[in-house]
Amino acid sequence: MERNFKIWRGNADKGELKTYSTELEQGMVVLDAILKIQAESANDLAVRWNCKAGKCGSCSMEINGRPKLACMTRMNEFSAEEPITIQPMKTFPVIKDLVSDVSWNYEQNKRIKPFNPGKIPAGERRVMYQQDVARIQEFRKCIECFLCQDVCHVLRDQDRKDKFIGPRFLIRLASLDMHPLDKEDRIPEIVGEYGSGMCNITRCCTDVCPENIQLTDNAIIPLKERVVDRYYDPVLWVYNKVFGKKGK
Amino acid sequence: MDYSDIQVIEHDVLVVGAGGAGIRAAIECASQGLSTGMISKSLLGKAHTVMAEGGVAASLGNSDPRDNWKVHFRDTMRGGKFLNQWRMAELHARHSADRVIELEEWGAVFDRTAEGRISQRNFGGHRYARLAHVGDRTGLEIIRTLQDFCIHQDIAIHMECTGLDLILDNGRISGLIGYWRETGRFVLFKSKAIIFATGGGGKAWKITSNSWEYTGDGLGMAYRAGAELIDMEFTQFHPTGMVWPPSVKGILVTEGVRGDGGILVNNKGERFMFNYIPERFISETADTEEEAARWLAGDTEARRPPELLTRDVVARAIKTEVEAGRGSPNGGVFLDIASRQSPEFIKRKLPSMYHQFKELAEIDITHSQMEVGPTLHYFMGGIRVDSDSQQSNVPGLFACGECAGGMHGANRLGGNSLSDLLVFGKLAGDGATSYVSSFEGKLEYRNEDTAHILRAATDILNRENGENPYLVHEKLQNIMQEKVGIVRTGDELREGLEKLQDIKTDIDNVCSSASPQFNPGWNEALDLKNLIVASEAVTLAALMREESRGAHTRLDFEGEREEGLTYNIIIKKTEVGMTAEKIPREDPPQELADIAYASLEDLEGGKIGA
Repeated sequence: MERNFKIWRGNADKGELKTYSTELEQGMVVLDAILKIQAESANDLAVRWNCKAGKCGSCSMEINGRPKLACMTRMNEFSAEEPITIQPMKTFPVIKDLVSDVSWNYEQNKRIKPFNPGKIPAGERRVMYQQDVARIQEFRKCIECFLCQDVCHVLRDQDRKDKFIGPRFLIRLASLDMHPLDKEDRIPEIVGEYGSGMCNITRCCTDVCPENIQLTDNAIIPLKERVVDRYYDPVLWVYNKVFGKKGK
Repeated sequence: MDYSDIQVIEHDVLVVGAGGAGIRAAIECASQGLSTGMISKSLLGKAHTVMAEGGVAASLGNSDPRDNWKVHFRDTMRGGKFLNQWRMAELHARHSADRVIELEEWGAVFDRTAEGRISQRNFGGHRYARLAHVGDRTGLEIIRTLQDFCIHQDIAIHMECTGLDLILDNGRISGLIGYWRETGRFVLFKSKAIIFATGGGGKAWKITSNSWEYTGDGLGMAYRAGAELIDMEFTQFHPTGMVWPPSVKGILVTEGVRGDGGILVNNKGERFMFNYIPERFISETADTEEEAARWLAGDTEARRPPELLTRDVVARAIKTEVEAGRGSPNGGVFLDIASRQSPEFIKRKLPSMYHQFKELAEIDITHSQMEVGPTLHYFMGGIRVDSDSQQSNVPGLFACGECAGGMHGANRLGGNSLSDLLVFGKLAGDGATSYVSSFEGKLEYRNEDTAHILRAATDILNRENGENPYLVHEKLQNIMQEKVGIVRTGDELREGLEKLQDIKTDIDNVCSSASPQFNPGWNEALDLKNLIVASEAVTLAALMREESRGAHTRLDFEGEREEGLTYNIIIKKTEVGMTAEKIPREDPPQELADIAYASLEDLEGGKIGA
């Protein structure tokens, strides 16, 4: 079956939707169609992809306005008449065609204090129990597709990249904060420079996560609660008023 | 264009490739005080290491206290049909446990045993449950751990930067010319040492688990610079790739499915692997379904089920079943875990397989069987390196991970690649560090050394008419798929070689649209130069090895020949073009030979290798 696609072509200066057509085969995903178009009629169509199995998080884009992995979006999700429009992620500057500049995310990761398990006597081995690591293993499933960053209102609509680190890195912070061995305290930065308070829990990040990570319920809300426990506990608030703020 | 017109970046050592091996090597160099740069074709954290699913092999002894490095070493040599470099297999088995524990110190969160230790799972060819894992996404855990650690080391990370060719001064490494994917601009990296960690060349085949990046870049660049390649005839076909729908054909289905109890069945409902147990493994493999079931239930006296034989054996068995008309509707066989484990178990231990089949094939593997068939997965062969330093025969050029050869011999065991890249990534970093610290003299850079590299790359952009690089690539894939497959014959290999010669003209005439900025067509055209080197090397070596051993099967020379164990094949560039040559294998140290050829009883009873 021959199918039309509208694909955004352009660069940082200008761009437009162009229509391409290709013959579909059984079981195709959107990325297959894009690569077929690239091979047949648009050799220079820029697109990122690697594993083609939802494991590397490279082929993030917006398909009919939805942030998605092109390799995990099957063509049979669309009815025969439905037009298919493919655009790059909007929250980040476009480089060319479907490729955006996601370097801001890599800079954010660098700001986070690294894992610190402390020293262990030579010859001894760490002990951690499955029930204690299961919840951070959920966050560590993240494939860094940055779709949650793309859909987040604070980053997308309000463009507060200066104040908010985004859901991807809140779950990374949660994975460190809840790590049974980690010894660092990151709560001050979480509420301060990383801006955990900017998130108003609309759950859009959770909706788009291709790994089905419960970002909001399992990571962001518990982090916010830890912040509240530390800074907004009413008893502690009175104590601080009377005796002055304690360190940390 | 002169090299003086292009950007220059200077490092003591440049690591090419940012998968597990590359990052581990870069960490080692930086920790020893070298100015270290690392380039990668893709974004950081996207390399093929994320596709490794089942686990990393290390004899921690957590899941079975009988395990130790000697048993791991013996398994590796047997799996490699005794063609591995002895010293590499020894270093790998001795060091892998330390490397895994080190990852835990850097933040990796492996699945746990009831006692709170790193849990280990069974895999093909490994005597004991040996693979440290995180569900079926172990590679992701490893690369993310290395990534999050390395960004805080003093490493200059250059993303989306591709190597074009090495440059030499007086026969030793002086740098590398590359280009930025985003702008298409060229860059000269001046460095005393270069570590290749560029992966394999699986993209030369049509049905493969490899992504666009795996075009043998390191193999091509090293070969052109005069480095030798070794064991290139051994290409691993993973027995279980997806076969349906057509668009996902080749995508990997982890061996962990079989490790956790999955069985292979033909269209008659027969568990056919019982019919394919090689003589060498008869004494260690279950011969009835009843015994295999006892093994799965945890009976340590029971022998392992035949589905866990080495990958070469299982891949050939599947091919034989399909050709005998006993295959599944879409040309594979059935892999069944639904009838063996509960849906909860499957979702917990194999979550990404569950997800992958559900999303891509609309199949629920907790209720239905999967259809699977062989897919080109891994190059055992690669750049020939010194076993201890990982240095190639070109001074200053090091290699580790999949692009290096020798460690796995004729067949790699599952789980031994994640451990390989950690162990040899570190050792390559050590090797490069000692090379740089004893480096003397000054490197000279001349226009004539770089001009031809730049011209060849820009010619593709300037050509008005020419071949479509994607279609040339497809043609190459068809040749390799048809002529250099799982089962080979001399006639087909010779035919393949001829066709590869023809396609070189096409590669010399590819063209792309004129703008080099993030232009995948141009990138593809540049990759073809390396892919053809990898393809020709595999074919030449396959033609020279007149026996069947491990992953290399010749219909016209069935079975292992005694003579086959006396040599490795090396590929090098000579005045007449690419040539293959047999080089004699050295005798192993007695201690290692005793361990490798020991019976399990003697080894575990402490009679050997104590």
